[in-house]
Amino acid sequence: MNKTWNNKAWFMVLPVLLLVAFSAVIPLMTVVNYSVQDTFGNNAFFWNGVGWFSDVLESDRFWEALGRNLLFSGIILAIEIPLGILIALNMPKKGLGVPVCLVLMALPLLIPWNVVGTIWQVFGRVDIGLLGRVLDGLGFDYNYVNDVFDAWATLIVMDVWHWTSLVVLLCYAGLVSIPEAYYQAAKIDGASRWAVFRYIQLPKMKRVLLIAFLLRFMDSFMIYTEPFVVTGGGPGNSTTFLSIDLVKMAIGQFDLGPAAAMSIIYFLIILLFSWIFYTVMTSSDEQA
Amino acid sequence: MARINLDHIRHAYGAKPKSEADYSLKEVHHEWNDGGAYALLGPSGCGKTTLLNIISGLLQPSEGRILFDGKDVTYLSTQQRNIAQVFQFPVIYDTMTVYDNLAFPLRNRGVAEPDVDRRVRDILEMIDLAGWAKKTARGLTADQKQKISLGRGLVRNDVNAILFDEPLTVIDPHMKWVLRSQLKKLHRQFGFTMVYVTHDQTEALTFADKVVVMYDGQIVQIGTPAELFEKPKHTFVGYFIGSPGMNVLPAAIDGSSIKVGEQTLTLDYKPQIAAGAKTELGIRPEFISLSREGMPVSISKVEDIGRQKIVRAEFAGKPIAIVVPEDGEIPADPRITFDPAAINIYADSWRVGREG
Repeated sequence: MNKTWNNKAWFMVLPVLLLVAFSAVIPLMTVVNYSVQDTFGNNAFFWNGVGWFSDVLESDRFWEALGRNLLFSGIILAIEIPLGILIALNMPKKGLGVPVCLVLMALPLLIPWNVVGTIWQVFGRVDIGLLGRVLDGLGFDYNYVNDVFDAWATLIVMDVWHWTSLVVLLCYAGLVSIPEAYYQAAKIDGASRWAVFRYIQLPKMKRVLLIAFLLRFMDSFMIYTEPFVVTGGGPGNSTTFLSIDLVKMAIGQFDLGPAAAMSIIYFLIILLFSWIFYTVMTSSDEQA
Repeated sequence: MARINLDHIRHAYGAKPKSEADYSLKEVHHEWNDGGAYALLGPSGCGKTTLLNIISGLLQPSEGRILFDGKDVTYLSTQQRNIAQVFQFPVIYDTMTVYDNLAFPLRNRGVAEPDVDRRVRDILEMIDLAGWAKKTARGLTADQKQKISLGRGLVRNDVNAILFDEPLTVIDPHMKWVLRSQLKKLHRQFGFTMVYVTHDQTEALTFADKVVVMYDGQIVQIGTPAELFEKPKHTFVGYFIGSPGMNVLPAAIDGSSIKVGEQTLTLDYKPQIAAGAKTELGIRPEFISLSREGMPVSISKVEDIGRQKIVRAEFAGKPIAIVVPEDGEIPADPRITFDPAAINIYADSWRVGREG
């Protein structure tokens, strides 16, 4: 196919570029500004070069928080993606069940982050929360305030509850776009249930899965509100993710320089991972 | 390979059909011979795909039984019936290579790899994609994809029947002709029972030994191309087969005399017609001769289509088409005569034969 090249087309992009400049690029520049300077107040700034960056990169605190982030994202992706596919595969394709399932699935997505956090914070409390009381009554020594494992389990279950729907809805959209003839052909070719999934459904879901994977990775890697509301980063520092640590540093300790440097590193990490995932997951397309 | 018996099959998509009109497929009761090449021909929505899906087992008929070689297969799945089917739009497994696509139906059935290889190479040769064997199927053109679909239908040599659901719709005209000839060759070579659904009369007439014409959920005629042309059982078959279609004129019949408008014709037999039936006369444009003698017509248009001319005229107040040879003259005072042997009489749209 011949593509038409016309440089005037760039003007079409201009409004968006301006918008992004004001909403993202310019605010980001103030962060860049803080990250390379030191200040003792009174708007007096001193050049600090890459000092803050090396401070951040040399601190254990940063690497520990990063490790927690990676572990958290890894766990929730490992649960939400297969679970989402499984639920999508079992959703009804026609009839009254479709709208019912879709609305049920969409509900968790409509709840604001801090409300989700509050719901689970209360839900899991051992003194008044339904979940906490039930687990306690069943003889489990559950307490997300004191126990590291319990705190993590609570956060993971909460995230799975909140976000698996997104994966389900995206996969479902991919599944319903498969023409009936494919399933009929597979029947005639004697394909097993697994072969239908592997050679028809999975390839057709690939693109939406890529989107689901990227969205869930970025979102979970930037998680802040829910753990802040539920655990506040504790017990100890066990659920202190990069975002929580960043806010502690910037607003709690008012260390603007290191916080700005960390923000930029954080941003670059997300960008890098997203780029790697995208490249790896789309590479097979280009071979064809 | 199998003889297919359709035993009083009816199908309705709704849950509880109340009247005849609720059935998408009205009663079908026929036997199709082992090794025959059948074409199901009819306009869109006439029930031909429904019938095909009932034969393949993708659909269970609401009523009736279907038998392969005398064995009841009504409730057997497609796999158990051992049927191959090719669909209207290409279905390919696009993450697999062309080779693996063709091998898929065989491997699913546990065929030994050397046999798979031999069959797949034969088919690749036949559909002319041998050079593409190792390519991923995704990047192919619609033509090539449909050839793979066809190939997957043909790769198994033990099937009871191969069903084609308008398989050449997306193929370009030249390739259509090539593939159709290959299908015919295959049919002669292996003697599969083949059922071919199409709405294209040329395709049906060139492919099949027997053409099954469907209209409004029922089979109106099963016959050889010549039978469909000469003795259409239903006025619809007359319209649908042939280009231009059969002329159908309202006619009053009394014994052996037929009155069309002001004109009266006499037959050499007396059609038996139930009282009150709507009677019509059908005659193909090829069997009307235009000259200076006979019944008067007024010509409205002459279409020259190369080898012959189609004359559009008005006869007894009704439009009529007449086929005239390329060098045939069109007189100033045109008159027509009907070939008496080619006149068909219809009562309530169904043919009334000489036999009664």
